Amino acid sequence: MEMIQIVGLGLMATVLILVVKEQKPMFAFLLAAFTGLFIFLYVIGKIEAVIKVLEDLANRSGIPSIYLKTVLKIIGIAYIAEFGAQIVRDAGQESIASKIEFAGKVFILVMAIPIISVIVETVMGLLPAGSGT
Amino acid sequence: MNMDVSAIFQIAGIGIIIAMIHSVLKQMGKEDMAHWVTVIGFVVVLFMVVRLLNDLFQEIKTIFLFQ
Repeated sequence: MEMIQIVGLGLMATVLILVVKEQKPMFAFLLAAFTGLFIFLYVIGKIEAVIKVLEDLANRSGIPSIYLKTVLKIIGIAYIAEFGAQIVRDAGQESIASKIEFAGKVFILVMAIPIISVIVETVMGLLPAGSGT
Repeated sequence: MNMDVSAIFQIAGIGIIIAMIHSVLKQMGKEDMAHWVTVIGFVVVLFMVVRLLNDLFQEIKTIFLFQ
């Protein structure tokens, strides 16, 4: 029944935004941002349980926690970048939104560098010495 | 959740009332007063949005980036 609540909230907020937009477009933008924040906050609370299960699984299977930590950080960066870009895009600033997404991609790449280097080292270790000849 | 949903109604109500006050003051010929009312209402709503944004970022930090 929570889905119905979210959809009802969205519809109600949309009607309110349409009403307010006639007089004050600035308030309409803030209202849209607030609604988006609210739904995001609500969903984040649900994701917490999934993350806990993932952590538990990783601990039990003996995966080094640095990998899971990096993956979670990447997911967090992706969520924040997507959210910010969408709000800025709602306000009509397409160029700033694309810059935010670009920054998100760069940060994700920076986060992924240690994992990539570990993979490369593992592959190098698997190769028998002198196989290149 | 109930408390926060009322905040959406609050923001919409503030917007409508500010628009009303703005048009009334403009009819009375007090243009500068009307603009100040708009700015103050905007700042109040901005405070609410920024507070919720802070909540969201703290939540994301504690869940995803657990520091």
